[in-house]
Amino acid sequence: MEKWENNRAWFLVLPVFVIVAFSAIIPLMTVVNYSVQDIFGPGQRVFVGAEWFKEVLADYRLHDALWRQFLFSGLVLLIEIPLGILIALAMPTRGWGVSASLVTLALPLLIPWNVIGTIWIVFTRPDIGLFGAAVNGLGIAFDHTARPLDAWVTLMLMEVWHWTPLVALLAYAGLRAIPEAYYQAAKIDGASAWATFRYIQLPKMRGVLTIAILLRFMDSFLIYAEPFVLTGGGPGNSTTFLSIYLVKVAVGQFDLGPAAAFSLIYFLIILLFSWLFYQALQKVGTGEKR
Amino acid sequence: MTIQKRTIGLAIYFALLLLPIYWMLNMSLRTNADILGSFALYPHDPTLGNYIKIFTDESWYSGYINSIIYVTINTAISLFTALPAAYAFSRYHFIGDKHMFFWLLTNRMAPAAVFLLPFFQLYSTFGLIDTYIAVALAHCLFNVPLAVWILEGFMSGVPREIDETAYLDGYSFPRFFITVFLPLIRAGVGVTAFFCFMFSWVELLFARTLTVTNAKPIAATMTRTVSATGLDWGLLAAAGILTIVPGALVIWFVRNHLAKGFALGRV
Repeated sequence: MEKWENNRAWFLVLPVFVIVAFSAIIPLMTVVNYSVQDIFGPGQRVFVGAEWFKEVLADYRLHDALWRQFLFSGLVLLIEIPLGILIALAMPTRGWGVSASLVTLALPLLIPWNVIGTIWIVFTRPDIGLFGAAVNGLGIAFDHTARPLDAWVTLMLMEVWHWTPLVALLAYAGLRAIPEAYYQAAKIDGASAWATFRYIQLPKMRGVLTIAILLRFMDSFLIYAEPFVLTGGGPGNSTTFLSIYLVKVAVGQFDLGPAAAFSLIYFLIILLFSWLFYQALQKVGTGEKR
Repeated sequence: MTIQKRTIGLAIYFALLLLPIYWMLNMSLRTNADILGSFALYPHDPTLGNYIKIFTDESWYSGYINSIIYVTINTAISLFTALPAAYAFSRYHFIGDKHMFFWLLTNRMAPAAVFLLPFFQLYSTFGLIDTYIAVALAHCLFNVPLAVWILEGFMSGVPREIDETAYLDGYSFPRFFITVFLPLIRAGVGVTAFFCFMFSWVELLFARTLTVTNAKPIAATMTRTVSATGLDWGLLAAAGILTIVPGALVIWFVRNHLAKGFALGRV
């Protein structure tokens, strides 16, 4: 069914626009301003045009960080989205199990991000950490501070542990919003569990899954605190993701101009991919809807 | 048989999920020397010293109070502004609707590091530094778009015939929205409220940049456990356990809405 044509709907959107624009527009403009200037100090700045953008785009360390970032976010999506859906499907729908599952799922999400990194430092330490001690006890030499692969495995474990509940909670709420009548109809038709999932649950979850995929993509692409605390970007540069490198440029070298150019390029990459995901997911939806 | 397997799988997942949290709880009940001195599966000599320190030291517990205040303000603003906007996006065509909808989400896409300085300048211009409302407003930047997107998804799942029937029956918009529509999307409202609370609760960069002492968040206070003598793991773990509590209460309160979801029969 078509939406109703009505421009007065703008009045319903206006409060949201005002409140978001207040924090969004001026800082963005300021960063754009930084990105085309060379800043020596207060009041001393020179317009340099696209100079910083050229410099940043030619930086091979940025390219390395970018590929690492794509690999990381790709793995995150491939693991967390299916796992989250599976968990949501397995969760109980009535009784005390519902409350227990929901509260349990929420726990990792509620710990501040810097603390998550710190807790995992201890958790993976071979001498006093449960995970580190258990893995070493199995006879596997595991050290995330020395070996890049181990550092990646630890980061992925932490990331999946931390964020899969978000996907599961969204998917669960989406599943609960499907009217009982749909399931009854499927039962009468003698549909298999897979058919029910594929033709009823999955299309009905499109909205929540779109937001889950976009959220996990954006947030994992911007990940900073957890890897910074856990590995500090090392060993070597093996876990230096884009935002860790950005902070190195911005704070370490105190170069506001290049850092601002870097931020804008970073922002545009996320924007482009989110838009592509969004368009693709919209299409998938319309294809499946009758 | 399949239900059995599912339940076992879920139980294993939850056990793995709880392990790091159990380890944090374990550490929070031990002294720092004890934690660093030996590996122990459970505290042999449990002490509440870390918790007592947090509850008696004002610089610690005020962090919790500050966080709870600004997070509550933020969640309220996000929900109340996002509900009508999400309804507009799910029901109406208007000029620029699609662009506006996607633009909202772009506000979650900028890397924070370089934006902190102009943010600080903007909020000092309005004299808002170190106030609850500053942090609450700043967090709206990422929470309001999220709320609009989640709510729009749930609202679009409600057939439009329900709106039409209600209007034909003579319901005014506000009355229809509150008495008919909101109960239909309670799962969405529940999950949105929890996510707004959660993202505002764990955000550190904006909250730390915009506050000095009066509105300093707990996440910033927790970085203080790093001192000259190294990290006080026990204290940090106790503080970590306590940061989970308010959010767990929030999801406890919205759990019934989450689980009930959609019930067409009510209309």
